[in-house]
Amino acid sequence: MNKVKCECGHVNPEGTVLCEACGKPIEGNQHIDGNEGNKLLNMRYDGTARRSQTYNKSIIDKIWSFFSSVKVGVWLIVIALVASMVGTIFPQEIYIPADAVSRDPAIFYEDRYGILGLIYYQLGFHNLYSSWWYMVLIALIGISLVICSLDRFVPLYKALKRQKAKRHETFLNRQRLYSESEQVTPDDIETVKENLKKQRYKITDENGHILAEKGRFSRWGPYVNHIGLIIILIAAILRTTPLMHTEEYVWVREGQQIVLPGTNGEYYIENKEFIMEVHDENDERFAQAIQQEGVVPSNFQTDIVIYQETNASVPGAEPELEPILEESIQMNKPAKFDRYTLYQSGYQVNEFTNMTFKVHETDDPEESSLGSFTIDLTNPDSIYELDSGFRVQVDQYYPDYILDNGIPTSETNFPRNPAFVLSVYPPESDTPEISFIGIGKNIDATGENEYKVGIEDFELHDVSGLTLRVDFTLPFFILGAAIFMIGVIQGMYWQHRRIWIHPKENGILLAAHTNKNWFGIKKDIEKSIENTPITMARDQQELDE
Amino acid sequence: MSLDQMKSNKQKKKRNRFIFRTAILAVLVAAVVFALVSHLKEDNGGYKVGDKAPDFKLQQISQNHDAEAIQLSDLEGKGVMLNFWATWCKPCKEEMPYMQELYPEYKDKGIEIVAVSLDGTELVVDRFIDDYGLTFPILHDKTSEVRDLYKVVPLPSTFFINPDGEIQEVVNGALSLESLEGYLQEIQP
Repeated sequence: MNKVKCECGHVNPEGTVLCEACGKPIEGNQHIDGNEGNKLLNMRYDGTARRSQTYNKSIIDKIWSFFSSVKVGVWLIVIALVASMVGTIFPQEIYIPADAVSRDPAIFYEDRYGILGLIYYQLGFHNLYSSWWYMVLIALIGISLVICSLDRFVPLYKALKRQKAKRHETFLNRQRLYSESEQVTPDDIETVKENLKKQRYKITDENGHILAEKGRFSRWGPYVNHIGLIIILIAAILRTTPLMHTEEYVWVREGQQIVLPGTNGEYYIENKEFIMEVHDENDERFAQAIQQEGVVPSNFQTDIVIYQETNASVPGAEPELEPILEESIQMNKPAKFDRYTLYQSGYQVNEFTNMTFKVHETDDPEESSLGSFTIDLTNPDSIYELDSGFRVQVDQYYPDYILDNGIPTSETNFPRNPAFVLSVYPPESDTPEISFIGIGKNIDATGENEYKVGIEDFELHDVSGLTLRVDFTLPFFILGAAIFMIGVIQGMYWQHRRIWIHPKENGILLAAHTNKNWFGIKKDIEKSIENTPITMARDQQELDE
Repeated sequence: MSLDQMKSNKQKKKRNRFIFRTAILAVLVAAVVFALVSHLKEDNGGYKVGDKAPDFKLQQISQNHDAEAIQLSDLEGKGVMLNFWATWCKPCKEEMPYMQELYPEYKDKGIEIVAVSLDGTELVVDRFIDDYGLTFPILHDKTSEVRDLYKVVPLPSTFFINPDGEIQEVVNGALSLESLEGYLQEIQP
């Protein structure tokens, strides 16, 4: 195809459907926008040449034209939509419930959902949203977005810039709003012009050919909107880098000092105290909730100290720590240091810190103490020597005692349900008596023990769940979303309206086009031709098509 | 405008368009590749096969072994089986006897088994060592620093490190006697 010179003298790029200057339909190109045999012209992109539809030479051009197709874009979106739906049929791997028989995905899906679950797992749908192909799909949508926008914005911008007030008759009489008036005086035209100006139309007069235009700005809405989307996509890409975004969850026990995960061993945290406060039970504001729930918390708080490692030692070696921050973290009041933000996000109460036991004679109804000892559950000793001469050896310690097929074992690392096997050596004796003791359990292995160990006292502590977050991507998301919104508003609340007046003999041809809100533009025309002999433009939309 | 001029104009336009499109596509493809690569990296969390195993130093707590502390870099030249475990982890208990069974033989062949316990207290580890008669060094990662360094999530997790100090194999989950022996042979100096 060659450049097309229109009879108005304007040279159009290849593939133009409607002359950029005068709008005359260009012969041989009408199939592109499906104008053949239609009364009305398709005004999409003002009939400009979308380059991609005309050139298909190098491989680059071919790739370009593939992505510039809206049809391709829509299909990509549909595929992504269907894929996203598939991902919700069964829970994703990270959401396998904690009470499942096995959290191993190879077992879980088949066990719970049968053959369908097995297929789901084998096709990799249990990790769908982070699979490479899902990401590629989203990326392709992004590419399509960029290329579609570029491929349409540039020609449209040029066409609207080059448009002439003088339009070809064919262009005018194939617009949706069109009328012919036989007798119109120049005064009448002046009146119309004035009226249009009053309605904030911009008037271009070219030898009596008039173009009145307003709201062209609205045509850029979709492109602004796409820029916003692209920024959001870029933010999403940045979010995958640890530098821009990290999130770690850490449980810290009261009194414990541990490394903060995700800080490369640079920062340590100490939990001084976890505080949970509740609303006064007589508080009327919460009366209903208190009735339902028993208590209503008013404050979750962790008092912490953050330490920085100063000697950059080998990981694991005793670090030299310097406190850099002491703070009370509350809900929505995170602690901030360096580039990290630390949020209060969870808690567990009533873990055992230490337990105090006493030894007494088995058949002493008074249970009077023959000596007592305290086991620090975070660091138990193996032997406790009592002042009275008793010696107690800790044979086994189960921090979180359960019976697993009859075998005593610990379910977790944490002293939630501590239990002990203790060997009690009476004074000057080498034969121990063995006792098993835990919360609500006190078992004498042989039934012949002379001495019994009983719990005298215990102390509890709480555990704080904290989220450590680095997020530099949020401003990008906000910027993207704001631009997206501006684009939507720009395209929604303004309309691009154009009215053409074309003098013909003693009368005029009147035509108008808008990209939306035809009712509005009709009102505009009615107002401006008031008290003139000009015929109101007729809506010639082919309704039953 | 002469015909020649028009032709050269057209040529120039075409070339510009080609450059423009190539540039845009290149930027887009680069962004996609970057996203995929950084995403996949994050997926695996810590260190991968072929990476240099990061150095650390921890207290050795087993009575059956005479080292006070062990630093990974001191073991260079030996194959190292680095095992993360805990007494309360059931599959760990299953694989421990296999490790003990193969340890004396492979120790002589230049392999060290280093088991890092993630338990809260030394006592439970001591009792466990006695119960199972373990003779290889047991390190205690009290602050979870080394666990965080290696990004260990499931237990047990085992890193097989070759004599050059590179990670040869990463196994999440329990090992059988056969698979353990196979891995040990892989890192034998």
